[in-house]
Amino acid sequence: MDQSFIPADARAWADGLTRVPYWVYRDPGVARTEQARVFEGPTWNYLCLEADIPATGDFRTGFIGAMPVVVARTEDGGLAAFENRCAHRGALICLDDCGNVKDFHCVYHAWRYDLRGNLTSIAFRRGVNGQGGMPPDFRMEDHRPRAIRLTTLCGLVFGTLSDDAPPIEDYIGPEIAARVRRVLKGKVEVLGRFTQPLPNNWKLYMENVRDTYHASLLHLFFTTFRITRLSQGGGVLVSANGVAHASATRGQPPQHDTAYDGIRSDDAGFHLADPTFMNARNEFGDDIQLQILTIFPGFVLQQINNCLAIRQCLPTGVDTMDLHWTYIGFADDPPDLRAMRLRQANLVGPAGYVSLEDGAVGGFVQRGIAAADERESVVEMGGHEADSQDTRATEASVRGFWKAWRAHMGL
Amino acid sequence: MTDAETLFRLAGLNAAYAAAIDSDRLEDWPSFFLDDAVYRVTTADNHARGLAAGVIFAEGQGMLRDRVAALRGANIYERQRYRHVIGMPVVTGTRDGLVAAETAFVVVRTMRDGRMDLFAAGAYHDRVSLDGPARLAERVVVCDSQRFDTLLALPL
Repeated sequence: MDQSFIPADARAWADGLTRVPYWVYRDPGVARTEQARVFEGPTWNYLCLEADIPATGDFRTGFIGAMPVVVARTEDGGLAAFENRCAHRGALICLDDCGNVKDFHCVYHAWRYDLRGNLTSIAFRRGVNGQGGMPPDFRMEDHRPRAIRLTTLCGLVFGTLSDDAPPIEDYIGPEIAARVRRVLKGKVEVLGRFTQPLPNNWKLYMENVRDTYHASLLHLFFTTFRITRLSQGGGVLVSANGVAHASATRGQPPQHDTAYDGIRSDDAGFHLADPTFMNARNEFGDDIQLQILTIFPGFVLQQINNCLAIRQCLPTGVDTMDLHWTYIGFADDPPDLRAMRLRQANLVGPAGYVSLEDGAVGGFVQRGIAAADERESVVEMGGHEADSQDTRATEASVRGFWKAWRAHMGL
Repeated sequence: MTDAETLFRLAGLNAAYAAAIDSDRLEDWPSFFLDDAVYRVTTADNHARGLAAGVIFAEGQGMLRDRVAALRGANIYERQRYRHVIGMPVVTGTRDGLVAAETAFVVVRTMRDGRMDLFAAGAYHDRVSLDGPARLAERVVVCDSQRFDTLLALPL
């Protein structure tokens, strides 16, 4: 089963961004190539928050695609990261999600590593009673787990295996960098973490997050309570390389809005008994009520009113993925604003009035395309380009995803 | 009230609560709570670390009724049902006229195609009023796992 079942001639994929063949979501060979060319390629992969590891010896484990990694705070106050794989026999070096250590050691044969992942000692290296041990010419400095280069942006820690990944601001472009700064304006504090395993290829989730077209059609909650409607102001920014996007919903909706008449999701009869959980404050000093931002391959920064979260999308198989949610606020949140964040969180996560549908819809596609490897999806709303647009009735940022993906994959 | 009566009333409340959800009488679910009750679903890890965010966070019966209204009229999810299996309550104290109790639960989820999964296991951390009909002043659903498969539609 762990072989490509796509015939070679089916790989023909015309240039352009408006058609996506369904085998990209189903082919194990594609998934293996993604690990090499996307996750371990010249991309920046979100790993953790600086706030997760404030003190020397603090560590957090995570993943770059399938690769397990450790991020640690070093003695000089810097950050270091390495593959979570012992250089001896390949066992995980670090077995917990987070903690604080003086150094790391593999439980299997007690090989030790410093906070940067350098091999510092080997048990019984000289043998026992003059017998056994490593050969005299064995050089410890030649053996260590792969090092990961790190960069930070507003307290977000990203890692890459590639020397060719450009500086993060060049990678995502200045417009999107400004939109990251807009949200992450203070000292970040974690409010909770949840993981949502989803029954679909990871790309289907990242397309959904970039898909501004679906948001007010699939999600009745958004439209009925006028959190976002396509007829509200807003638009989408896409970086020139397609790597990053930010969609925004602006201002108040018009009083009498007929754009949705007759569409299922506009049910005027649906009212909240207790709408206090929708109370929001304009904390960012602009008219953007909702901003969803992604960085290729799998990072999402969400601002829905005052509900802020980081979502990390990681493949766990060809047709499965994990979505890691980290709900955040700021250390200096006034109590009433903090309470608003916690109440508004009902919109997102595995039970979110909005997000629960996003959790399910990828699986609907994955099951729908079970026999459609020779077919393709249509991504043509708003034209053919992956350009920034002053409307959300477009799939421009989905095309941006494919622009980045095809460039990295060479497909 | 004897200890035996307290246990009997808590167990009866839990049994009725589970039966309402498992037999799709969701509209009855808010009535197991006091008007100003708190209902929160979180994980053992968040709970131990004192992290406040919940998968669900409701204050007051109105928000519980809104949850049901959204499930009935707004949200899109595949047909599914739960089977709660609820353990014997452990009374952990009494304060301000409310009984504090922790009660283990397991929920098996059956999807429309018949697939069954062990969906959630954990403990209810409750504060219960036994002054009149037994009602929840607070139910914090502490799930052992941080993983919620695909979505959490129906309440736990």
